Amino acid sequence: MSLLGQVALLLWKDVRVEWRARELLYATMLFSAIIVLLFSFSFLGGAPPTVETMSGVLWVAIALSGMLGIGRSFEREREADTLRALLLAPIDRSALYLAKLLSITLLMLLTASVVVPGLLLLFGMKVGSGSSWLYFLALLGLGIIGFAAVASLFGASLGRARVREVLLPLLVYPLVVPALLAGARGCYGVLYGTAESLTDALRWIKFLLVFDSMAIILGLWLFEPLCAQE
Amino acid sequence: MPTDGLAVSQVTLRGIYKDYGPKRALSDVSLTLEKGQVLALLGENGAGKSTLLGVLALQIRPTRGQLLFDGQDVSELDGLWLRQNLSLLSHEPRCYADLTARENLLFFAQLYSVGASDSARQALVSDLLSRVGLSSAADRPSRTFSRGMVQRLAIARALVHRPGLLLLDEPYTGLDQEGVQLLSSLIAAERARGAIIVVISHDFEPLAALLDTAAVLRRGRLEATQRYEPGTCSRDQLLSLYTRAAERKTARSA
Repeated sequence: MSLLGQVALLLWKDVRVEWRARELLYATMLFSAIIVLLFSFSFLGGAPPTVETMSGVLWVAIALSGMLGIGRSFEREREADTLRALLLAPIDRSALYLAKLLSITLLMLLTASVVVPGLLLLFGMKVGSGSSWLYFLALLGLGIIGFAAVASLFGASLGRARVREVLLPLLVYPLVVPALLAGARGCYGVLYGTAESLTDALRWIKFLLVFDSMAIILGLWLFEPLCAQE
Repeated sequence: MPTDGLAVSQVTLRGIYKDYGPKRALSDVSLTLEKGQVLALLGENGAGKSTLLGVLALQIRPTRGQLLFDGQDVSELDGLWLRQNLSLLSHEPRCYADLTARENLLFFAQLYSVGASDSARQALVSDLLSRVGLSSAADRPSRTFSRGMVQRLAIARALVHRPGLLLLDEPYTGLDQEGVQLLSSLIAAERARGAIIVVISHDFEPLAALLDTAAVLRRGRLEATQRYEPGTCSRDQLLSLYTRAAERKTARSA
């Protein structure tokens, strides 16, 4: 089976398992909705939130709920030791990493699909024209891919380490700071809506492209040695 | 490189040591396993049996020593080929609770590139489900299974790609009497096919009837190895070998 075939098979398995359980999807979507709602309460009766605040809330909600989903996703693989079954199978370990990256990206994009309407409704967020939306979605997608690329590597490699639930965010958050920062700064530029701020957003998109490429290359390179043997 | 499940005809452990920090889990373990051989690995809890199985399954890297497949060190062999040729049934079922029994087996069959087509794979999986007595529950999520049914599914998962080296860690756990007989007949069939089988079990009764070699591990060291004609070993003989090895160790310590 080709690498792509292996990735597709593993991704299909993750999607099918989640479709049956609806565990991660409901948990992360609900959690992200609660975050947006809680932030919106702090502006009740006061000054309207600024675009900087909206951009910050967007990425805080994505980062927190994303981590919740990622942690649980790997925990599910560990409960019946299926992660080891996958590591023992005659498949390219890169396929395992890429499939996890894609399934986490998918989950986080679905989470973003709750957060963004929440911001539009509760914070009165306005994205602007069609090209602004394009920039906004590119920033969301690329920021999420960067986050997932780092989280997939550490989620799988922590194995049966004690306190891994605590270790995962401690390892991942510092490493994804550039992606979160670029996403937040870029989205702020898009929401601000001037020609200059859109140019700035485009710079952050380019930055995220470089960050994602580096994170994925490093992930592919490190996944096997970090996961293979005790 | 051959790709069928019987590509391995000899597995050799040569002077294997495994340390976890200051604790030595395996100490100078040497063994040779031939095609069609069934080895029973006996020993008290913490003797190093599961660690040894982990070494054979390439999941645990020995601190020292060599693992050879057909005379070649595993570090020189293709990892994909090695993994295609071995299977480990561990304490955990390693199946997805939210997938049905059939979906689980089809998924692993695809991972191992079993069957030339979808229909061939479906037929193989249906046959395997019937062999482990799960045909009537094939389309139920394994989350709804009893412990014994999960164990049957795990056994089927371990056999789906017809491995050349089959490693079974406490395979009789959770099985009822019918399940025990069924597993014994599956192991006998795998042996007849030529697979090398290593079984860890504290359940000597069904094990004795299957094995042709028994080895006793104590504190990571191979204390005794005994060969039998297949089908001639009894539970009492195994118990006696186990006790003798324990006494020898105690006398040496004294």
